[in-house]
Amino acid sequence: MSIDTAPAAGATALDATAAVATRRDIQHRLLMTLGPILAALIIAGCILLAVGVDPLAYYGFVLKRGLLSPLGIQQTLTRMAPLLFLAAGLIVAFRAGMWNLGGDGQFLLGAVTAAASAPVLVEVMPAWLALICSFVIAMLVAMIWSLVPALLRAYQGVNEIITTLMMTFLGTSLANVLVKLMFRDPGTTVPQTRTLPVEDRLPRLFDTTITSGLLLGLVAIITVHLVMTRTAFGLKLRIVGANPRAAIHAGLGVPKLTIAVFAISAGLAGLAGAVDILGVQGNVRADWNPAYGLAVIPVVFLARMNGFAAIGFVFLLSVLSIGGESAARRLGVPNHFTLVLVSIVLIVLALAEYIDHRYNQSRKA
Amino acid sequence: MTGLFSEVFLSALLFGAVTAAIPLLLAGLGEQMSEKAGVLNIGIEGMMLAGAYLGFVGAFYSGSLWLGFLTGAGGGVAVALVMALLCVRIGLNQIVIGIALTLGLEGLTALLHHFQFSRSYPRLRAVDVTVIPLLSDIPVIGPALFRQHLIVYLAVALVFAMGYIYRRTQLGLNLQAAGDKPAALDVAGIDVVRTRTVAVLTTGALAGLGGAYLANVGAGLFIPFITNGAGFLGIVLAMLARGRPVWVLFGALLFGVCLSLTTAMQVAGINIPTDVIQMLPFLAVMVMLVLFGRRASLPAALGIPYERGAR
Repeated sequence: MSIDTAPAAGATALDATAAVATRRDIQHRLLMTLGPILAALIIAGCILLAVGVDPLAYYGFVLKRGLLSPLGIQQTLTRMAPLLFLAAGLIVAFRAGMWNLGGDGQFLLGAVTAAASAPVLVEVMPAWLALICSFVIAMLVAMIWSLVPALLRAYQGVNEIITTLMMTFLGTSLANVLVKLMFRDPGTTVPQTRTLPVEDRLPRLFDTTITSGLLLGLVAIITVHLVMTRTAFGLKLRIVGANPRAAIHAGLGVPKLTIAVFAISAGLAGLAGAVDILGVQGNVRADWNPAYGLAVIPVVFLARMNGFAAIGFVFLLSVLSIGGESAARRLGVPNHFTLVLVSIVLIVLALAEYIDHRYNQSRKA
Repeated sequence: MTGLFSEVFLSALLFGAVTAAIPLLLAGLGEQMSEKAGVLNIGIEGMMLAGAYLGFVGAFYSGSLWLGFLTGAGGGVAVALVMALLCVRIGLNQIVIGIALTLGLEGLTALLHHFQFSRSYPRLRAVDVTVIPLLSDIPVIGPALFRQHLIVYLAVALVFAMGYIYRRTQLGLNLQAAGDKPAALDVAGIDVVRTRTVAVLTTGALAGLGGAYLANVGAGLFIPFITNGAGFLGIVLAMLARGRPVWVLFGALLFGVCLSLTTAMQVAGINIPTDVIQMLPFLAVMVMLVLFGRRASLPAALGIPYERGAR
């Protein structure tokens, strides 16, 4: 495929074997993904049986509402937008060996600042410019929020798991304080920010209800993937992640790179919050916390920090959560069951990967 | 406003602080043991929830609080068993499994609660307290610290027991070696996997007990998501304590006071969002880290599964 100078016959033979290999590889990947998901559905089905719900009816409903019905698939694709941004942010951090567990705080602060700035900006400038400005503000706020853990890690060596976890608790509370005290909409009794009119939100795609945030999310995660795998900057970050000491010896400015990683990761989390508010919610209510960040972390790991695989897993997560939310309303199975289902899927996928790995090893040996 | 600094108010504030601190203390002590042995236990929130739910169920149906604590600890151990099997024995990623367990137990306990208790929301009666003679007569401090349930004293005693184990016993050394240089422990003829499994199961028992305390003594009932991040706070406490159980106790009390202050402010009718007060302990710790931040002394092999012969 890549050999242009090779004789024509050789090249086609090479093409053929490569094609067979990739096809087998794809088949294998599909099997290793769908098989465990099926197994997880069976295990979760047993739990449903135990609480007296027909698993087939439940799954049928989830499939219909999350994937097959026109409205359901549109909601699913809309849900993907913030999750893709979060996943993109985590890919940068994890590939650089930094545990940014503060995604939820960064997400909420991004959401609140976007919700606070957009309705004000819309009044003084065209809607498209207001949206862009809100995105930038949300991103900057999240970046600044990550500066403390970044500086502590870069110059003091303070473990970022503690600092980002604490900053996420702080951020969640601060977001609430901002909603209740500073950006509260005086026109309503419930504490919430001013609502961005529907016509000023992110445009919807064609004639559907899918937010164009989906496209932004896809662009973000693919860009991140390409930057991490194809550019010198990405290589530097991966070296820092693989072996920070070697990175210092190679002459890389590890502290500056650390700060850059945190800024990019948090900035993307802030954009995730903004895209959810400017595209879907329109405002932030007090105590609103969808806690997407926690569920996205294992997803990114299972995708092995690969952007394209992450898109697939994020899609799966969205189908399950949208389908589960509808089933909760219709079938009386509480929404909490989605959490159980997601958890079992994650564990079985991790197990399957381990078994596959061991099988390959024993075959090679 | 004069009522704010009355003896009764301060005493109630302190009492609430202890009640809020005990689950954090137990979670922090548990997490500390896992981390010492090299296992980053992010599933501790799930273990606490399992403990809270099963602890409540045990206490509710048997009528005995102690049986509730036992079933609660058992629930924590059951979740820890899954974690030990997946993360210690076969070495799956600790963060993936930990978060998956937390999500799963959040869902499972909420689901079971929905089908079992959501109509009645049963409550346990108020707990019996053990009054320590003489000490409990001290004004302010006495009623707050020395009229608690027996388990509170046991939890505090556990802090010192843990300190003794880590410093003076073979088990303590083994745990530390399992976290710092597992290969060396293996060469010394001690099973790394078994040592780490013991640590994770102990974490489960302590976290489960903490959850059961939260539900049975703290709240008197089980509600979904009752732990509300207590497990993650435990992780923070364990990491800040740098392997010293006493620092977990201090940290837990600091957070306990702030949590108690939140409730007290609401009762006193002071018009500040509770979120502001909830931010205080984190702000205090962040400021401390910024001022005195030094390299964290975490075990060298934290989060890395041990595989014999692997480099």
